[in-house]
Amino acid sequence: MSNLDLSGELSTDLLVRFLRAEAGKFGFKRALLGLSGGVDSAVSAALAVRAYGAENVLGVMMPYKTSNPSSEADARAVAEQLEIPTRKIDISEMADGYLDDQAVEDRMRRGNVMARCRMIALYDQSVEWGGLVLGTSNKTEILLGYSTQWGDSASALNPLGDLYKHQVFQLAQHLELPEVVINKAPSADLFEGQTDEEELGFSYEEVDRLLVKMIDERWTEEELVAAGFESSFIKLVANRIAANQYKRLPPIIAKLGPRSITHDFRYLRSWGH
Amino acid sequence: MNCQIHLVQLDPTLGNLEANLEMHLVEARSAAEKGADCVLFSELSLTGYFLKDQTAEVAMKLDDERLAELAELSKSTSIGAGFIERAKDGQIYNAYGFWEDGELISVHRKVHLVTYGMFEEHRDLGAGCDFTPIESKHGRFLVLTCEDAWHMQGPLLGFHAGVDAILVPSASPARGVTDQSGTLSSIQSWQRLLSSWALITQTWVCHINRVGFEDGIGFGGGSRAFDPFGQEVTALEGLDVGSLKVQLDSASLDRARVALPLRRDDRPWILARELAKREDAGGWEGRSE
Repeated sequence: MSNLDLSGELSTDLLVRFLRAEAGKFGFKRALLGLSGGVDSAVSAALAVRAYGAENVLGVMMPYKTSNPSSEADARAVAEQLEIPTRKIDISEMADGYLDDQAVEDRMRRGNVMARCRMIALYDQSVEWGGLVLGTSNKTEILLGYSTQWGDSASALNPLGDLYKHQVFQLAQHLELPEVVINKAPSADLFEGQTDEEELGFSYEEVDRLLVKMIDERWTEEELVAAGFESSFIKLVANRIAANQYKRLPPIIAKLGPRSITHDFRYLRSWGH
Repeated sequence: MNCQIHLVQLDPTLGNLEANLEMHLVEARSAAEKGADCVLFSELSLTGYFLKDQTAEVAMKLDDERLAELAELSKSTSIGAGFIERAKDGQIYNAYGFWEDGELISVHRKVHLVTYGMFEEHRDLGAGCDFTPIESKHGRFLVLTCEDAWHMQGPLLGFHAGVDAILVPSASPARGVTDQSGTLSSIQSWQRLLSSWALITQTWVCHINRVGFEDGIGFGGGSRAFDPFGQEVTALEGLDVGSLKVQLDSASLDRARVALPLRRDDRPWILARELAKREDAGGWEGRSE
């Protein structure tokens, strides 16, 4: 038991109510999401099923030609267990139209283009489906900036954004999602053999233990070192968080007038709803 | 005092006064039909909470026509509800009104505005500066709006005023999901706090919270009541809209105060003397007015 461990029942209750309430305000009773075969999208989908009913949640699988076939198989396992409808959209041609034309070789650029192609597909599908796009980014990823801006980070509602990866795994177990999804190494599956933890250079367990103290409990660097965290690790993580703040905020608007959007024109989305 | 109070836990729509007022009227009528002497709603129940720039837009003067229906209905049952008040001098307050026999007989302006973490009340609101009990025909009540209950002045003044009940309307967010008991840590904090105030002040304490979401922030519900011994007498568990009937009586107040004569044995002049010394020694540096 750690200060990261959550009550599965309570968290599920709150998140299901969140999904229902926030979509309901705008007249939505359906949702869709990219189903990657990973634990995050599986948990988002399971929560959505509890909020809207299985028939109202669309799982969209969007492989690229180099995606690991096991990802699609895992996504299908999740969809079958949850009994949700699915749609497969191969983004290879869409992405290659740009990648080949511009001769994009860089792995990160290619990954970002793929993530943004998926966003385009999801938002377009959302019109036909008549539902909101659900996010699948967790708090660990959002803090570390481990996502593509306007790509996988784009959504209307995100039930996982205040859950660390450790807590997403916990919730996955509470929701009794397929073991294969819970046990496999997290991966963005943007290139062959990619795993999140190898790319980040540390494990989710390790960084979550640090993040909960650094962000939620506001421990100082000295306190974190005294608690046994390596100074270099603390700095690396702190720098990543600060460097990626731009991904977490709307675009910067230059202020000229008396009431400027994002600065002093302050209304919630719930405005009048 | 022998008073049946109904605590109504609503999910107000942000900034939609008309819809929220209608909800209040429906609930108050229903409570009156069930024999309620008094029906209480949460903090800013008529407006919603995270108003930001809507604060000034939904502010009402105390003679606003939209409040007249509540006044009218208060001929059947006394009503407590929260709204944004625009005072005669233009200042804007987080207010809690109490209507009885067709009149608005009391307005508590929230004293301890919250401006930290997710809250920014000081940006939009002026702070109240007194804790004046409501002299209701049903009893003597003190309103402590949410954060007012987290500071000692309010309960202490209520204790010295000899109030029968402390009413705590709040718009308290649901926070903390790591307790394996499955209860929100925010609700547990409220339980500890209000049970203690009931025990120490030897009054009835009624907590009226709200539910629902405003841009991802959920409100924790958990409205409940404590007797003058600090014992929880009834509670709304979970995050649903609902209402709760509480029977307040003088006999319980008398028993608690005879068993443990805290008010009789208190020495408020020591506190007054010590506070005066502190003021003479340099005042209250770092505290906002």
